[in-house]
This record gives sequence, structure tokens and C-alpha cells, in this order.
Amino acid sequence: MTDGTDEVAIHVQDLVVGFGRHTVIDHLSLDVMSGEIMGLVGASGGGKSVLMRTIIGLLPKRSGTIAVAPAEGRPAAGRWGVLFQQGALFSSLNARQNIQVPLRESFSLSEQLLDEIATAKLEMVGLSREDGDKMPSELSGGMTKRVALARALALDPAILFLDEPTSGLDPIAAGEFDTLINILQRTLGLTVLMATHDLSSLATICDRVAALADGRIVALGPLPEVRASDHPWVKAYFHGARAEMIHAPHQP
Amino acid sequence: MTDEVPDLRAVEGDPLILRASGAWTAVHAEALESLFDRNAGLLERTRRFRIDVSAVSQLDTVGAWLIEKMTRFTGADQAAAVTNLAAPMAGLMQEMHGLNRSRPAAVSSGHRVVAWLEMLGRTVWASRIDVIEFLDILGAFSAALWRLLRHPRSFRLTSTVYQLSLVGWQAVPIMALITFLIGAIIAQQGIFHFRRFGAESYVVDMVGILVLREIGVLIVAIMVAGRSGSAYTAEIGSMKMREEIDALKTMGLDPMEVLIVPRIIALVIALPILTFIGSLAALYGGGLVAWLYGGMSPAIFIARLHEAVSVTQFEVGIIKAPFMALVIGLVAAMEGLRVEGSAESLGRQTTSSVVKSIFLVIVLDGLFAVFFASIGM
Repeated sequence: MTDGTDEVAIHVQDLVVGFGRHTVIDHLSLDVMSGEIMGLVGASGGGKSVLMRTIIGLLPKRSGTIAVAPAEGRPAAGRWGVLFQQGALFSSLNARQNIQVPLRESFSLSEQLLDEIATAKLEMVGLSREDGDKMPSELSGGMTKRVALARALALDPAILFLDEPTSGLDPIAAGEFDTLINILQRTLGLTVLMATHDLSSLATICDRVAALADGRIVALGPLPEVRASDHPWVKAYFHGARAEMIHAPHQP
Repeated sequence: MTDEVPDLRAVEGDPLILRASGAWTAVHAEALESLFDRNAGLLERTRRFRIDVSAVSQLDTVGAWLIEKMTRFTGADQAAAVTNLAAPMAGLMQEMHGLNRSRPAAVSSGHRVVAWLEMLGRTVWASRIDVIEFLDILGAFSAALWRLLRHPRSFRLTSTVYQLSLVGWQAVPIMALITFLIGAIIAQQGIFHFRRFGAESYVVDMVGILVLREIGVLIVAIMVAGRSGSAYTAEIGSMKMREEIDALKTMGLDPMEVLIVPRIIALVIALPILTFIGSLAALYGGGLVAWLYGGMSPAIFIARLHEAVSVTQFEVGIIKAPFMALVIGLVAAMEGLRVEGSAESLGRQTTSSVVKSIFLVIVLDGLFAVFFASIGM
């Protein structure tokens, strides 16, 4: 699924992030290539979200460098889109207005075009025009994620950050969401960095997987390579009882 | 990656050929929209045209949508209207082809005045729900109190004392300060105006009666509605929002008994005490101004106050306090339980709680005035 270019979209080197005396990310280095979907796995509370939030700029780093592919002349919202774990939709705006927020802030467009773009985005993520009139409190978990994804894509960013996109969704909805991300990634040529616990997402849509343990990347590569890693945590993660239940049928 | 300004030029011919160039991306959304607006009329008239996109360097959903929108003017052979489409962009154009096909639902455009009258009518009619819900929560509160009287051990003493400290003890400084200032202002205005008739000494009667009967309890009740009523609504509302109330119910606990009764009882105890402190502070403020501004010595002020007011004046004021506390607490709980999913709803109910409880406190004060007048107090 990579588009062949070997450009680095996100470059992280020797990153250290901590709170008080607690170091969460410890001299971590990671390169995400342009046009790939990278899955980020790690223990709960192990720093996946911290890493992502530091790259986005929501958390301060102690040391190290973070370079995200330059996107000159783009408004802040256009550099990257972020899908937060709980959706983070603005509760006082309906779904359509939520999608229009970044557009309204950056450009002065006619109401008609704004509506058309918002409806187009809604339909791209598999919702209908009527869903746009619903308030966030009236949306189900899966619909909230879809609207949040549509909002993250409002300005067609080149890089998309997904924080546990399929958590809280049933397997069917999670599968549909994976397919959706895959289609959008291919049509729009996105670079995706996705923190997830969903083993089937990792298997079906991720080009590469990075395993985060003890504040560093302990294994990196396509899923089969990462699964073969000797690191004890990675072994426990991919060869634990739950993981084996999923993979057992394929491996005699 | 190039980032040049997008353009669309018509080249003569039949069918008409339009040459699109530059970056058709969201960054240039404004330029793209004006390009579309400039050409829309022409395209709608000719209907036979081709858009050559070979010079388009970048394309994203905004640009693709506008090209798609233009090609919809052609009617039948829409797919052929875009020529020289590069492979990576073709997928996006394909995706755009199916979007925005549904018609927006028609919005009923009634008459403005009629719509306004309709809204007014609906609001007034909806206010009956307030009355019903207020009676409902009053009934639920009474029933919970009755249960507590029969099983006093289920009374939440710790919670009540904690709430009492929040709404009573911690409110003392601000209540004393505000009533002190109000008492001082009343005395100053009284002295200023009564001086013309040489009736300055009657300022003591005015301050004494006004503060003890009306102003003391009213100011304190309004302050409590703003300070503690809003806090109750926000607390109960956010618990409702995060399903904590539902969690209590599933554990067999009655939210009325656990959350609302301790809060209302704390308020019913605190408000008379605050009224007493507030009235004293107001009298003190009035006395201080009478001394410094009106030249009336404290001894004379106290002696005149002794003649002017009786215990009745004080009783009239203090009897009202627990009833006002009950109304404030009930309205706060009612509005808190009405909060729905969103943060906006929490804000709306909190505002509504303060407005309604202040309104009801003043109405209640009026009813008491009529009552006390008719029994001669």
C-alpha cells in the first residue's frame, strides 16, 4: 500500500517524555514513511497515547527531535488530522457543524459549498446527509468515530493520527472502520499512525507495526516480523492466549 | 511537492475545453470557489464541455468535489467530461461521483411572526412541565423524609455535615460582607433623603424593619441560590451526565436519599443561620453609616433600634428562610436531574436553576408578605 516514495513523513529521534520523576518515553526513535499505515502497539498506560500526543504537540518533550513532513502554507488544521479516542466532537455543534469547524476557521467559503463539503465527507465515512443534523449526544459509538474521522479529514491533511480508532466498537463495526480507513488511505494517499490494541486491525490494514515497551520501540516491521521478535513483552502480547485464539486457525 | 495557485481557463472549441491547472486542494479553497462561481454560468449554458486536468498538480476532496460539481452540468455523459485524469486522482474522482446525490430536506418557511408566536405559545405551554416536575420532586422529597423518619439510621449524617460546611460555614464571609454593604447603603440613602424633612432619626426604624423583615432574608436567599443552588445543579447534573446516578440506582441506592436529601437539609439548616448573620451584619453596616455619615452615636442608634423593632420583625424574616431554602434546593435538584448528554445541557440547566430559584424566592417572599399582613404580624 506504500506509494513507492521513500519520504519520511514523521521523524522522531531520541525522544524523552516524562511527568515528574516518571519517564514514559525513554530515548525513542521512529520513522514513519509517507503513505504507509503504521500501527503502534503497547501496554495500556505504556505511552502510546503519550507518544502520539507529543508528536502532535499536545505534550511537551524533555529532549529529542520531532520532525513532521513540512506542509508549507497550510493552516494548522491542514497539517494533520487527529481522531481522539472518545471522538472529542464539540458537543454544542451538530455533526455537520463539527466537520465544518476547521473549514470555517481557515477559509471564508459560501454556506452552500461548506454544506456540500461536509455532506461529501459524511458520505465518504459511510454516513448520510440526515446524520449531519444529529447532535453528538445522539450518535452511537461507531457513528461518533465516523464523524470524528470526517472532521479529522476536513482539510484533507496528509497525515492522520488515530488513537484507538476501533476501541469500543463491535467486531463488525470495527472491521468496517478498518476497511474505511484503508479505502480513504488509498484514495487520499494518507500517512496514518494508529495506536491500537486491535490485533485484527494490525493484521488487516497496517503496513508496519511498531511495538512500544519500556518507553522504546522494541520491534518494528511488518506484522509477521514483529510477531517473530524475541522481546518478552512482544512475545507475551502476540502469543498470549487471546492472540493465539485469533491466529490459531491460520497456523497449524 | 508544488503548491501553485489553481486556475481554470477556457480554450475555444466545440465541445468547449477548459484547462485546469495548479493545486486543486483545500488550501486554495477560496480561490477554487471563485473559479467555480466565475465559470458556473458559462458551463450551465453550454452543457457540452470537457475539463482537461492534465496540468493539475495536486487534487484532494475539495478540488475533486468542485470538478465533479462542474461536470454535473453536462448531464448525460458525465464520466467523459474529465479528460487526461492521472491514475492516482482517478480513484478520488470515482469516489466523488457518488457523493452529494441526495436532495436536502425541504425546510418549511412559515411566516416569521407566526413562527415567533408559535414559539412563544410552545414555551408557555411547556412551562406547565416545570410545575408538574416541581410537585413531583417535592413529593419524592417528602416521601424520602418520611422514610427517614421511620428509619433514621439510613440518614446520611456525614454527607449532610459536609454539605452544611460547604453551603453554610464557607458562605459566611461573603454573605456578611454583602449584607453589611447593603445595610450601609440603605442607611446612607435614608439619611440623605430624610435629612430634608429633618427626620434622620427615622432611618433607624427603616433600616431595622427593612433588614429584619425583608432585605436580610431576600439578599441571603438570592446569594445562596446563585452560590449553592448552581453548585447543586452542576454536581447532580454532571453525575447524571456520566451515568453515576444510574450506577447508584443499580446498586439499590435511592439518589434522592443519597444525594438530594442531605443537600436540601443542609440548605434548610444553613439559610436561617446565614440570614441571622446577614441581618446582624446589615444592622452593623447601617449603624456604622449612621454614626460616620449621619452623626448618630452608636448608643443612640441601639436605643432607637430597641424601640423601633420587636421580635416579631425578626420572626417574620427568619420564618421565611427555611421555605426559601427548600425551594432553592428542590429547583436545583430538579434542574440537575434534567441534564442530558452534553456539556451544553449542563450549562443551560444550571442557568435555568439559578433564574428559576431566584424568581420563586421573590414570589414566595410576596406570598409571605400577604400572609403576614393578613394575620397582623
